[in-house]
Order: sequence, then structure tokens, then C-alpha cells
Amino acid sequence: MLHVAVATRAFRRYSTYTAATMAGIFTNSVFGVIYSFAYLALWHENHDAGGYDATDAVTYVWLGQALLMTVALWGGGTTDDLAERIRTGDVAIDLYRPVGLLGWYLAGDLGRATYHLLTRGLAPTFIGILLFDIRMPAGPLAAAAFLVSLPLAVTVSFALRFLVAATAFWLLDASGPRVLSGALALFFSGMVLPLVLFPGWLGTLATALPWSAIIQVPNDLWLGQYPGADVLAAIGFQLAWALALLACCALVLRAATRKVVLQGG
Amino acid sequence: MADGSLGVLAPARSYVDIAVLWVRAAWAYPTSFLMLILGSLLITALDFVGIWVMFASIDTLGGFGLREIALLYGATGVGIGFADTLIGSVERIGIYVRTGRLDQMLTKPVPLLVQVCADQFTLRRLGRISQAGIVFGWAATYVDWTPARVLVALMMVVSSTVIFFALFTGFSCIQFWTTDSSEFANAFTYGGNTMTEYPLSIFPREIMLALTFVLPIAFVNWYPCLYLLGREDPFGLPTWLQFCSPIAAVVSLAGALLIWRSGVRHYTSTGS
Repeated sequence: MLHVAVATRAFRRYSTYTAATMAGIFTNSVFGVIYSFAYLALWHENHDAGGYDATDAVTYVWLGQALLMTVALWGGGTTDDLAERIRTGDVAIDLYRPVGLLGWYLAGDLGRATYHLLTRGLAPTFIGILLFDIRMPAGPLAAAAFLVSLPLAVTVSFALRFLVAATAFWLLDASGPRVLSGALALFFSGMVLPLVLFPGWLGTLATALPWSAIIQVPNDLWLGQYPGADVLAAIGFQLAWALALLACCALVLRAATRKVVLQGG
Repeated sequence: MADGSLGVLAPARSYVDIAVLWVRAAWAYPTSFLMLILGSLLITALDFVGIWVMFASIDTLGGFGLREIALLYGATGVGIGFADTLIGSVERIGIYVRTGRLDQMLTKPVPLLVQVCADQFTLRRLGRISQAGIVFGWAATYVDWTPARVLVALMMVVSSTVIFFALFTGFSCIQFWTTDSSEFANAFTYGGNTMTEYPLSIFPREIMLALTFVLPIAFVNWYPCLYLLGREDPFGLPTWLQFCSPIAAVVSLAGALLIWRSGVRHYTSTGS
């Protein structure tokens, strides 16, 4: 229940910035239009590149724009607060709390993600539907699989961002690791280009890395790219990365806590 | 020292002084700083890898080959890279309004725009400039160079820097009216950069006309690069537009400075 309360407060905290949200929706839509025309030109040359058709490709663009803020792909979210609190030392207060720090921040991030999904996710999707030919999920099953994959995508992204923020325990300033991991996240999540276009070993590698669970997998679930039981395998892949990365976070946090104590706070 | 002789250069001196201060401040966290440079280099490098991977599936995009697109990509990347280094914190002007730092700055004997631009100056954009420069250099080896083309290329680099500088400054001024809408400007600055990474021939004619006559983003690289590559304009627009980048740069800079002035005039402190 406590975590639900944390998530609700995070939702409400982000919902106070209305102008920022409107500006963001506008920007997401402009980028959606740019990439749509780029992909249309690509699929005009090669009609079934990567197993997508032109409609799939344009749908992929708008889903990506809708998920970009929801999963906080290149940083942002509660992990940024954490990095700042480590730098200033306020994290000591977080560690005093009678609840786990990891769960506290994850709950907050899921609350933030819900807000961003309902605003910066839905609004660009509507604009995409107005401007372009967009593919809807094939049936209730595909839609349900997509919805299940979203909290998992946010959790994988959160865990990666948490690890980056935790570097501040050692480096004091996490902005370098944040930009570096943001660059990798943009590329390997399929945000820059769908991973289905990556040739040979690069494609194999990119699909196996955790970042693909953040954008590529939810998008493919929406587009119905997984036949039959492969849908479950895709969600299982997300779940496995989420659990493995959260375990890493817990380990790093333990090591970091010891360091904080050694420094004397 | 006689102040008169330094009159015009004084703002430039102030800019350099403040910038040096911030570079030294960044070195307080050396590991993070180096990762910051590496990260910003990687973001743009992987951006280009994305375009290169596209060409695993196709031979031309919008009628242009990989080398031609690399020229467009490199030119716009260098332009926004230089502009982004120069403008510094203009993007975050809303934060200064909110926290009241702008009031402090207004009391200092250095032009406000110079102070804001030099504030939080960072060399991290060197990553982007050098990456875009390498791509441009590679693509340039396939250009059939003539003295006229060298001149157009030089004008292109300067003009694109000025146009992006104007876009950053002009659109940031919206934050004088609504302080938390900084992202709105991204659609035109980074959006303009992303658009010009591709040949404009992939867009409908209306968009191309808007990028020529409403916001001069097409002059950043599209028109000069058509001349460098010796290509006909796919939309059939007159050839003389290919030499108009400097004019577009001057007009957009003048417009941006006007908006900046009216923004500062509109500004009334958050006060108490």
C-alpha cells in the first residue's frame, strides 16, 4: 500500500507541469513526423525491409515517440532525483527510512511513467493516427500483451538508470555516466532505428541486450510480430532482464551503503 | 587600460573569461567530464551508424546515396555543434527566470545575452563537432572541388552555425512567457538538425517550402550541399537559392535578437 501511495504522489507531482507536458507532446509529434517521412522513404525503396511493411514502420515511429518519455529512455524520472540526492548527501535520509530505497524509487518511477503514458504517450499517438496510416493491435490478445509489457519495459529502464545514478556514490557526479548510458539506450533499444534492420551479428547482439526490452519488444507485441507462444517468450525475456537488473541494483546498493557508512555520512 | 580601445571586444572578452571559468569547474569531476564528452560523441556517432545501417537495406534514400547523405549529415552536425557550444545556457533560460538568477545577471556590467551564453559553458560539444567533422571530411573526399565550391562550403559552415544560434536563442525566448516549456524549442533546434540529416526530397513539397521561406532551416545544408554535389534541385527551385545561406543567416540572427530584446523587456522579475 505504501508503494501505491508513493506512486500516486509521483503521478501528481509530474502532473503539475502542464506547459512542459504540452511542449513535450508538440516536440514528440514533430519528431514523429520527421521519422515517419524518413521511414516511408526507406520502405519505398525496400518494401519489406526487416519484415515490416510501410504501415508497420510508421506505426513503429509513433509508438517509439509515445514510449520515449514513458520509459524515460535517456534519463529523467526518479533516478535523476536519486543521483542529485547522492551528490548532496540527502540520500542519507532515504537510507534511514524504514522501507527499501530500491522499492521506494521504483514505485515513484512507475507513478511517473503512468502519468507520462497517459499524456505524452496517448497524445502523440492520436496525432500519428490523424496524420498517417497507423496499424492497430491485431486483437485483444495483442493489445493485452502490449499493456503487460509496458510496466516491464519501465522496470528494465528504471533498473539501468538506477545503476547509472548509483555511480554517483563513487564519482559524486553522475552526469557523465548518464549521457553515456543514454547514448547506448537510444541506439540499442531500437529508438534510432528498429532493431529488425540491424544486419547479422549486430542484430543478434542488439536483440539479446536488455535495452531491446524497452522499445523493440513492446512495439513488436503491438505490431503482432511474435507468432503464437513467442508472445510469452518475449514477455519472459523482459521479465528475466527486469529481475536480473533489479538484483544487480540491490547488490550495488549494498556495496554503496557500506561506503557511505565508511565515509561517516 | 583604456576601455575605449576594447569597446567592441569587451563582451567577447567577458564571454571567454566566463567560459574558461566553467571549463575549469567541469574538471572538478574529471571522470564524469570525460564520460560526458565520450557520451555526447557516442550519441551522434550512433545516430550516424543508424543511417549507415539503413543503407544495409537500401541503396538510395529520397534519390540520394550514402556519401551524399553523409555530406548533409556532417554539415548540419558541425553547424549545430558550434552553435550549441556558443549558446550554452540559453536553452535553460526558464530556470534562471524561476530561480531569480536572471535578476543577479541583470545587475552585472556585461550584456545579458553574453552572460547567459557563457554560463555553464561546456566543451562537451567538442564530441559532436569532431564526430560530424569526420563524417563531413569523409564525404567531402567524394566532392568534385572547385574554388567556388570551397567558398560555398565555408559559407555553409558559418551560416549554419549562425542559423542554429538564432533558432536556439529565438525559440528559447518563449520561456520568458512560460518558464517550463523549454522542450518546445527542441522541435525546431534538434528537430531542424534531424530533418536536415536527411535529404529534404523525402519530405512533401509543403514542408520543404516552409523550411525555406518560413524558418530558413533548408539553408543550413540543403541548398549549399546541392551546389557542392552538383545536383539539380529535386523540387525544381531556382539555383540562386544555393548561394543564399549567408542572407538567411543574417535575417534569422536579426530576427532572433529582436525576439530576445522583446523577451527581456517583457521580463518582470518573479519578485517578491
